[in-house]
Amino acid sequence: MSEIKQVLTEPLFQNNPIGLQILGICSALAVTTSLKVALVMSVAVTIVTACSNLTISLVRSNIPNSIRIIVQMTIIASLVIVVDQVLKAYAYSISKQLSVFVGLIITNCIVMGRAEAYAMKNSPGMSFLDGIGNGLGYSVVLIAVGIIRELFGAGKLLGYEILPLVTEGGWYQANGLLLLPPSAFFIIGLLIWAVRSWKKDQVEAPDFKISSNTTKEAY
Amino acid sequence: MANNNDTIGKTITVALLLCIVCSVIVSSAAILLKPSQIANKALDMQRNILSIGGLTAPGESLGKSKVEEMFGQIETKYVDFKTGKFTEAPLPNYDQNKATKDPIYSEKIPASDDIASLKRKPNVATIYKVVGGEHAGRIILPVSGYGLWSTLYGFVALESDLNTIAGLGFYAHAETPGLGGEVDNPRWKQMWVGKTIYDAQGTVVAKVKKGPINPVVEAEKLHQVDGLSGATLTSNGVSNLVKFWMGENGFAPFLKNYKAGEA
Repeated sequence: MSEIKQVLTEPLFQNNPIGLQILGICSALAVTTSLKVALVMSVAVTIVTACSNLTISLVRSNIPNSIRIIVQMTIIASLVIVVDQVLKAYAYSISKQLSVFVGLIITNCIVMGRAEAYAMKNSPGMSFLDGIGNGLGYSVVLIAVGIIRELFGAGKLLGYEILPLVTEGGWYQANGLLLLPPSAFFIIGLLIWAVRSWKKDQVEAPDFKISSNTTKEAY
Repeated sequence: MANNNDTIGKTITVALLLCIVCSVIVSSAAILLKPSQIANKALDMQRNILSIGGLTAPGESLGKSKVEEMFGQIETKYVDFKTGKFTEAPLPNYDQNKATKDPIYSEKIPASDDIASLKRKPNVATIYKVVGGEHAGRIILPVSGYGLWSTLYGFVALESDLNTIAGLGFYAHAETPGLGGEVDNPRWKQMWVGKTIYDAQGTVVAKVKKGPINPVVEAEKLHQVDGLSGATLTSNGVSNLVKFWMGENGFAPFLKNYKAGEA
């Protein structure tokens, strides 16, 4: 039981795929302009990660080592196409907004990273849960960034007006930068900083230290 | 275990099996979900027509049943460009944009007339006529034309005088977001409402001005809208496509017939 709990909850903060493993940053910049899109992307990535982990774990003892990456890619790509088709059939307007980013789940390093790091060595059940856990970890960051960007960039949450904009006769002057991709870099950076100040063990040892000036006075 | 996996035979078998299984999954998903995807596309198009036609409030997103209910007040008609009169649909499920690529259902536009850089135009256009509700009499005409990066596809809705614009907008384009992409800006689209397309002589004068319009100048106040800043080429593209589709090569002959009751 404790192992299940650990696999599910550890990626939320302790071993967050975006915060600690620094994976999947690219899509986190692209799909967080509004909370709704971020939510759908979170669900899609969680499903794909869980299912790809499950499938890969099921066939892991039969995958030849020389083509294992290709095998993982093929499985992931097939799952992503299925998710894309389902979105087009049942959530057309959202799939139009997500457009190319659904297809790009294939290149999301989290999916591939978990397949290679966990699913190749662990049982199908645990791999499935690991996929869910990491998907949730990704979702936590996406949702946090999505809330900040939509609220302060457009004055809305899920399309509902929270801060009335100056342009619509309210008082809030929207921060346009937050709707542009670079702002997600700043927000994710600040989030990582916050998490690492809270959990000190995540701080990486510096690659090199700046030593104090030891030059002796020249004679 | 790992040793057996790495033989050539096993590698090829695994690769083949995987490909077969994955292709079956992917293609069955594509085929099974196709009907609802097509329905979604059609619904999305109807939603675009309603919103560009000014039949829904800007930014309002309607549910499926509401769209179908409102579309009950709209008649789909087909117009032959050669005769300028109504005609039958050339094909069941006629798609004007698809027909434009088919030489049987379309023709080349002579380079001198091709101001909207379209190259081809269909012989028959699908238009929508509002027959019920408070906006009865409006007609919604399809337009398209080249902007800076892409072809813009949209509609122009005309009031029953066949001259006043009731709405203009695009449902597909790939212009730069924030610059040319501002063709989707509701406030900009709103500027078109109430402008008239033709002057007293019947020439197309509606266009996008470079820079803001001067409301004191009569021609600008009546026929023109503000240019999109930083997007001169997209603005010109919009002007050109209005000029083309509302002109002699576009819907002008039909509008004349329709006004005279001879369509």
